[in-house]
Amino acid sequence: MKKYFPLFVLALLSVIPLLGLSTYMMHILILVIMWTVIGMAWNLLGGYCGQVSFGHAAFYGTGAYTAGILYYKLGLSAWWGIPASIAVVAILSLVVGFVCLRLRGPYFALGTLAIGVIMRVTAENLVDLTQGDLGILIQERTWVEKIWYYYIILLIAAVTFLVIKLVVESKLGYYFVAIREDQDAAESLGINTTLYKIVALCLSGVLTGVAGGFYTNYMGYIDPGVVFALHDISIVTIMVVMVGGVATYWGPAIGALIMVFLAEIIRSIPGLGAAHHTLFGILLIVIIIFLPNGIVGDIPKLKKIFRLGGVSP
Amino acid sequence: MTMLQVKGVSRFFGGLAALTDISFDVQKGEILALIGPNGAGKTTLFNVINGFYSPSKGDVFFKDKRISGLKPYRICRLGLARTFQVVKPLQRMSVLDNVLASAFLRLKGRGEAEEYALEILKFTALHDDRDVISKSLPLGKRKRLEIARALATKPDLLLLDESFAGLNPTELNESIGIIQKIKERGITIMIIEHHMKVIMSISDRIVVLNYGEKIAGGTPSEVGSNPLVIEAYLGEAQSA
Repeated sequence: MKKYFPLFVLALLSVIPLLGLSTYMMHILILVIMWTVIGMAWNLLGGYCGQVSFGHAAFYGTGAYTAGILYYKLGLSAWWGIPASIAVVAILSLVVGFVCLRLRGPYFALGTLAIGVIMRVTAENLVDLTQGDLGILIQERTWVEKIWYYYIILLIAAVTFLVIKLVVESKLGYYFVAIREDQDAAESLGINTTLYKIVALCLSGVLTGVAGGFYTNYMGYIDPGVVFALHDISIVTIMVVMVGGVATYWGPAIGALIMVFLAEIIRSIPGLGAAHHTLFGILLIVIIIFLPNGIVGDIPKLKKIFRLGGVSP
Repeated sequence: MTMLQVKGVSRFFGGLAALTDISFDVQKGEILALIGPNGAGKTTLFNVINGFYSPSKGDVFFKDKRISGLKPYRICRLGLARTFQVVKPLQRMSVLDNVLASAFLRLKGRGEAEEYALEILKFTALHDDRDVISKSLPLGKRKRLEIARALATKPDLLLLDESFAGLNPTELNESIGIIQKIKERGITIMIIEHHMKVIMSISDRIVVLNYGEKIAGGTPSEVGSNPLVIEAYLGEAQSA
């Protein structure tokens, strides 16, 4: 039964658009699934391999701009950006890995944070290539209805889920977790820690880049401030995984669901909407204190709390 | 056949000589014990052999191949595994997963790696604890997990860093039995140990370090009657 659970979820998600939801609701669901992809990608590097990145916007934005530039400069369909972004982001990941993976723990996090910012500033200033702050507008939209975008991102999410499941249950996944738990021990067990950290970074970066390529096609407009954003991309990515559950299969999906809906709800409250980052911060603190393993990771704890009817941790 | 050869190895940390001109060798199939008072440089020597440090002077040869300067993972692939004095279990992994992670070094398929890991767990009497998350294991079993994990990489030479420290008498006897079984498998062992009863009963030869220098070497009885050793090691132990 448990084995077929992912297929069951996929089937359920496939029939949702047939319910005749509003365009707005479809938009929110597409964002939820896109954030699930980004969260799953980050989770592979941050959750399983233990290398916490604060700069995933670098990969996301690069994926988005690969699609944008292919369209704007070469006149190709922006959909080509998705396969193209795999190659471009893989190269970027190798560079980032070469620079940042010499660093351990918090220093790696700071290194990636810097890379994210560098990418944004670069995109803002390479005006000939990226149009700078003007951004890139995709003038011909492929579809007007949301349903096709929904199925495309659902397909991307399903493939991402499968890739991550295969990786985590193979030798590669065991090596990632070994590196997370103790890098010196892993090294002395014959694991080339540098190599496997780069593999984790590349996989994670590429999957994030694909989500970015999708975003360009879906939204039809990108600019550096949006797709390379530190707070709205890099930090939200971490929050999605932290809230949902680090190093779990379903954590990113749960986290994305909560974060996207929460952002929408908070933004719609008059007078409070502008403070949604503040509220995200408070949420993160609450999660770290009470559910350090995230909602999925702390299911036993949550069950206990609800059974007791109390909230004492 | 010489399994390991340490030739004139010195290691300095700034101005401090942690090891000075150490030379000895380990023959295939024997158990060589490395003893000495605290701070004598035993673990540093292991770190040099295993590749965490490269020697400041001198060379280390493993199966006639120079290994000094290689990275630890390369040295492990050549067939040299170690345990840590301060145990480093992969904490949030189960006991089985810990051993499985290192079994993947030689066996690429998950099925065969898992089968081999289970065999190692039986061998080290950890089979009943295979699903326990390793951070909740008692110290004795964690020490044994270190051995199991090192064994899963199919080494020719195993470096054991105080695998007996802090064990109760039952655990101690169990571990001694395991070491002897490892030897019977044809694996050469180099062991750091303070427990004299263990050393005298299992080792074929002993090397004694003090202040980073090799002060004696030989069979247990030779070393036990060496006045330098008694003064440096046993003498200090008595006054402590």
